Amino acid sequence: MASTTLQPTAGVALDLPRSAGRVTFGGALRSEFTKIRSVRSTYWTLIAMFIVVVGFGALASWGRASHGGQAGPFFDPTRQSLAGLYIGQLILGVLGVLVISSEYATGMIRTTLTTNPHRGVMIAAKGVVFTAVALVASLITAFTSFFLGQALMSSHHIGTTISSPGVLRAVIGGALFLTACGVLAFGLGLLLRHSAAGIGAMVGLLFVATILVNFLPQSWQNDVDKWVPALAGGQVWMVQAQPPGSTPMFGPWPSFAVLCGYAAVAVIAAVALFRRRDA
Amino acid sequence: MIEARGLTKRYGDTLAVDNLSFSVAPGKITGFLGPNGAGKTTTMRLILGLDRPTAGRVTVNGQPFEQLLQPMRQVGALLDAKALHGGRSAYSHLLCLAQSNNLPKRRVDEVLGLVGLTDVAGKRSKGFSLGMGQRLGIAGALLGDPQILMFDEPVNGLDPEGILWIRNLMKALAAEGRTVFVSSHLMSEMENTADHLLVIGRGKLIADCTIDEFIAANSQRTVRVRTPQPDLLAKLVAVAGGTVREDGDGSMVVTGLDKTEVGDLAYENAIRLHELSPVHASLEQAFMELTASSVQFHAGVPQQPVTAGKGA
Repeated sequence: MASTTLQPTAGVALDLPRSAGRVTFGGALRSEFTKIRSVRSTYWTLIAMFIVVVGFGALASWGRASHGGQAGPFFDPTRQSLAGLYIGQLILGVLGVLVISSEYATGMIRTTLTTNPHRGVMIAAKGVVFTAVALVASLITAFTSFFLGQALMSSHHIGTTISSPGVLRAVIGGALFLTACGVLAFGLGLLLRHSAAGIGAMVGLLFVATILVNFLPQSWQNDVDKWVPALAGGQVWMVQAQPPGSTPMFGPWPSFAVLCGYAAVAVIAAVALFRRRDA
Repeated sequence: MIEARGLTKRYGDTLAVDNLSFSVAPGKITGFLGPNGAGKTTTMRLILGLDRPTAGRVTVNGQPFEQLLQPMRQVGALLDAKALHGGRSAYSHLLCLAQSNNLPKRRVDEVLGLVGLTDVAGKRSKGFSLGMGQRLGIAGALLGDPQILMFDEPVNGLDPEGILWIRNLMKALAAEGRTVFVSSHLMSEMENTADHLLVIGRGKLIADCTIDEFIAANSQRTVRVRTPQPDLLAKLVAVAGGTVREDGDGSMVVTGLDKTEVGDLAYENAIRLHELSPVHASLEQAFMELTASSVQFHAGVPQQPVTAGKGA
């Protein structure tokens, strides 16, 4: 602090034309990208997601290969190698909540909005940046998880290849599933503006709901399961048809659309409130 | 130029800001004064579009703040130095602010130098002292070289060096023709910096005037007198309409008469005076008198019409 003078001649002048320095969507994107890449929690969360998803998928694949031996007609090696996504969705969900709730927790939101008061532009940029970062991380995670899992299973000849029918769709679908869960969490975070509340709601919707429906009578599950966010979303990263007698679900993409519907409702409601609420 | 007209904000049952109308004129430091909880921060939040007014409106250079296309070039605000992500470095914090308004990267280095934080630019701000945090907040406010600066309680908790630094900075900014709008609950702080005063209490505007007018209007005429014949003088002062108070050390304090009147009174009655000095009421006293009770909010305080720049 010794370098500070006690007599600042303001010296604030910026040698730019007065017309320079506007709020634009491009600027907001750059700003939000700087924000997300300049805090450690982003890296920790994404690394944790990668390790957990890939590790869990590897474990499931190795376990199946070393103990299962023969694969039945309904064994889905793609799904087996992507089994970690069930946990990965929660980790990316945490990041989705934190990306916005941390602005409220730290008070940064007030600084953000007093420098860029165009709330629609700001929140759209934040959403786009988070979605893009989440998608890239999810793609890397899903493909790594798939190839590692198949390598472990190939020794027992129960694996599959990326060129088999439906497999590429399922691996990309797994990444999209993760991303959509993250976007849903982002909406919840913006809606609740509180880290713990947002994470709680996200876990409730993605995880607890999925467990709870298991306790319903099968006849109810037949009607309900296809609308449960994580169960519906899970259809897009499966290749093999389910055995007869399983709970009926929509097809891969319509199921994924159900998950996206939840995310859209959360985000649209949150943004509408965000634009009107006191910050 | 900041202009508020009938600005009102209600939170539930609490009327935080009650029908405020004022203008903040360019080229000087306008002090925004009031006890804690008077509505200063709420007013600033309304100006900056963080909160929506329940009634009335406030504009910055003729437009609501949230519609400004160049918000950082028009207004630099520091409401709360802790309103940032502590895990982000000072440099990254300023960079993300600059980018949102398409201000050049080099500007970040410039303002870091300006506030003396260049050496810690790469450090995460959670480790910053209060004074460093305040400087970082001010750096953010200066990024856009704005015409209007708003500071909410900028010297709170700072050490004397930090206080002096901020005071001088505000003076230098005003000398460059900028509008400086600074709030405080400390009258003494205003006395040292502000040219103009807006005083609020319980959400209502109770004074809008220059510092000198404020003191003149809110402090009684007070004279300190020392005399070997205190009883006689006290009687005469009472007859002349003043009041007398013993001040312990043998002197007495006369209120209601000025020093000429007291001097004349003594001379005409052949009373020996050993001291006759006017007591300058400080702004602090005037402020305390003004906000002492809600009754006095309406008594003897000039609620002057705002003239500067209005209708110009």
